[in-house]
Amino acid sequence: MMDTANVEKWCTKEILLKNRAKQKRRQRFMYVLIYTAAALAVITLLVIIGFIFANGYKELNWNFLTQGVVDAGREGGIFPLIINTLYLVGLGLLFAAPLSILAAIYMTEYARQGILIKIIRFFTTNLAGIPSIIFGLFGFMFFGRILGWSWSLLNGSATVAVIILPTLIRTSEEALMTVPLGYKEGSLAMGATKWQTMYKVVIPAASPGIINGIILGMGRIVGETAALFFTLGSGTNIATSLMDSARSLSLHLYTLAKEGLSVGKAYATATVLIVIVLILNLIAGAFGNRINRYKENR
Amino acid sequence: MNAWTTAAAEEQVTNEIKVSVKNLDLFYGSFQALKDINMDMEANKVTALIGPSGCGKSTFLKCINRMNDLIPGCHVKGDILIDGTDIYKDDVDVAYLRKEVGMVFQKPNPFEMSIFDNIAYGPRIHGLHDKKKLEIIVERSLKRAALWDEVKDRLHQSALGISGGQQQRLCIARVLAVEPSVVLMDEPTSALDPISTGKIEELIAELKNDYTIIIVTHNMQQAARVSDQTAFFLLGDMIEAGPTTQIFQLPRDKRTEDYITGRFG
Repeated sequence: MMDTANVEKWCTKEILLKNRAKQKRRQRFMYVLIYTAAALAVITLLVIIGFIFANGYKELNWNFLTQGVVDAGREGGIFPLIINTLYLVGLGLLFAAPLSILAAIYMTEYARQGILIKIIRFFTTNLAGIPSIIFGLFGFMFFGRILGWSWSLLNGSATVAVIILPTLIRTSEEALMTVPLGYKEGSLAMGATKWQTMYKVVIPAASPGIINGIILGMGRIVGETAALFFTLGSGTNIATSLMDSARSLSLHLYTLAKEGLSVGKAYATATVLIVIVLILNLIAGAFGNRINRYKENR
Repeated sequence: MNAWTTAAAEEQVTNEIKVSVKNLDLFYGSFQALKDINMDMEANKVTALIGPSGCGKSTFLKCINRMNDLIPGCHVKGDILIDGTDIYKDDVDVAYLRKEVGMVFQKPNPFEMSIFDNIAYGPRIHGLHDKKKLEIIVERSLKRAALWDEVKDRLHQSALGISGGQQQRLCIARVLAVEPSVVLMDEPTSALDPISTGKIEELIAELKNDYTIIIVTHNMQQAARVSDQTAFFLLGDMIEAGPTTQIFQLPRDKRTEDYITGRFG
């Protein structure tokens, strides 16, 4: 009885005020910490981009964008390489995206959620973290030698497809798993088949997450260098067939900088690379919005 | 034909058995969730299924359109006849069954599509793509669900932008668009405010002229208000079923009486 009387008085105004001051100090400290971290991250990014742009704009002109590579890159421009990079991204996604989305649908919706699926998940997650040079070696040996694709656009895009496949599968799976069960039930309860339900309701609802994975994959393809040395080769003309060797922008950038051919043109190439990544992201984002206009309450 | 014979004819029609359940057992793995259920549900009547949480009433409801098929490890013994056809026979087309036996869920679940596309979804998946016909079906279904006036100017906007009560009526309209004869409702108002609930209850009273309705509800007053027949479930058994007035006023079983008078549940 005595105890309860004491307990009721624990929250006097004095005690609360004393604690409140301490809590406010802590709160302010965390605010500062969080804002500093965010600012540092953004500033670092801006400094890097600014640095590249500042060094790249001198060589960046209409001729650079429209002319072919002359004298191994010392002169001329990068037009064929821009086109090759777009080919590489396009083909890589063409191989990887449908395959990974279908695989993710199988793993989340069709397969029995047993030990086998757990093992597959374990491996896809780990494959996503493997250095791309290892996939490059695989592409070189398997696609290049065994299938005889040599150094070619076909080999390069197949290899980048394999590189982004695990990431795409994982992100698509995550996206599919967040679709509310009610959508599926509602569709099935009207007599839709499982595939109709997937195709018309579940995949559109998951599309923002899937598109996000594709954007990440695109970034990885555009930035890939090591694996492409083994597989894509270093041709400097626009690829006219799948079997042509055709270097991408990042490969060219590496060659220019490493062999000291033209540091100015290397920076200009980097600038173009950044702009291409930005444009591809914007296109993918707009595409995602078109697929699913009804996500938000509009 | 005078008024008396018309009434008599109607009486005969309404006494027709639409859904007949015979010796139904349901198992989740080795756990028996429904035990030897026997009951008949009349055409153009509202049947309410009541009972405490976990008593098997929702499970039972989902047997009638075979939504339980989707649950791994769930199997059913016994028969459910709809218009005399056993829906658990091997050659039954489940897609057609679910077209005939529509379902409205506890939480409104409109798809991430426009209001129009939500309603047109069912007809489209069953192969109707004629734009004119779809427009007619959408308008008719929305009118039937008492939603047309509220959404007719925004048919092509997202179905997620309307209120929860409107969404639930949209889900009812979506079911009506595929022309079912039975409509199952799994606690259709439990996520809604009292005004929306009232609208749905009015709608149920209206719809029973054309459909056989089976509704699961936690709300005893709702069961008393909307249903003609009531069945009381407890721990996988159907304790008793009969006319709603009789169940609420003169329950035969002590457990039914205890439940509806609020002694447990």
